[in-house]
Amino acid sequence: MGFLGDSIESIRSLQIRQVLTQIVSLGMIVTSALIIWKGLMCVTGSESPVVVVLSGSMEPGFKRGDILFLHMSNDPIRTGEIVVFNVDGREIPIVHRVIKLHERQETGEVDILTKGDNNFGDDRLLYAQGQLWLQQHHIMGRAVGYLPYVGWVTIIMTEKPIVKYLLIGALGLLVITSKD
Amino acid sequence: MHSFWYRANAVLTFGVTMLAAMCTLASISDNFNLPSPSAEVKILNINWFQKQANGNDEVSMTLNVSSDLSSLFTWNTKQVFVFVAAEYETPQNALNQVSLWDGIIPSKEHSKFWIHTTNKYRFVDQGSNLKGKDFNLTLHWHIMPKTGKMFADKIVMTGYRLPEEYR
Repeated sequence: MGFLGDSIESIRSLQIRQVLTQIVSLGMIVTSALIIWKGLMCVTGSESPVVVVLSGSMEPGFKRGDILFLHMSNDPIRTGEIVVFNVDGREIPIVHRVIKLHERQETGEVDILTKGDNNFGDDRLLYAQGQLWLQQHHIMGRAVGYLPYVGWVTIIMTEKPIVKYLLIGALGLLVITSKD
Repeated sequence: MHSFWYRANAVLTFGVTMLAAMCTLASISDNFNLPSPSAEVKILNINWFQKQANGNDEVSMTLNVSSDLSSLFTWNTKQVFVFVAAEYETPQNALNQVSLWDGIIPSKEHSKFWIHTTNKYRFVDQGSNLKGKDFNLTLHWHIMPKTGKMFADKIVMTGYRLPEEYR
């Protein structure tokens, strides 16, 4: 038994060690991605610091698949700023420009009207039934930075889930089989 | 160690890093542009001025906007969004901003412009405070870059006044 047992033992211990390091490195990748995302949330003060433009309503400035970096500071919102807002009863946030604004004298509450640069009319048709203005709590953030095309990755992955599974599978296989 | 995938990964990583660095540099270079735009807005006519059935004042006017925004354009500028807003204070509201006209300037060649227009968006107050109201007309611009940070600024023009009576 002596020689054979020893060699089997050595292979097994090597594999366990390799599997463990692979699990750790995979964990490192996942957690560092999470740290970057949460860190961005802290820095920008917005619950979703990066959004993907999904419609062509802001063309030619922003096209479908571009990404915007959001910032949520305490500065009051003003006309001309591009804000991302959630309307009650709609799941997908909208990225449009503020065209009218009324700020109350004492409370500082705001009434905001938005419009997409490429749309003909203002957004009252998109708001909830009978809603004329957006309030502060609808606003998720204002766009401060822009990067073209990068968002196509997420659009393709959400619309064609098969691509996502293929990609995850291939990456997983690569991590497991790589020997470095 | 020097397998195909290892090299492909290295090339991809290097490419993405370089692209990110170039985008960052392009965006940073915008900060060195110190623009000196000019603008003039004239109110040629108050077409009509009345109280709506729901009690809000509404006014329609003809504007003449002339502006030179060519100094805003850099190599990283995709377009400039420009708009004229009426800004005023009322007893109820500390600030009212109503966009009257806007436009997209696609390139430097179109950045010196002159336009004669009625207000594109309705100038409606929240309430009835517009009679004899002093207000500012502000020309705002919003620079949309090819990549990176967006810039915005404005020129405030004061001394406009609405008529004392509806017409």
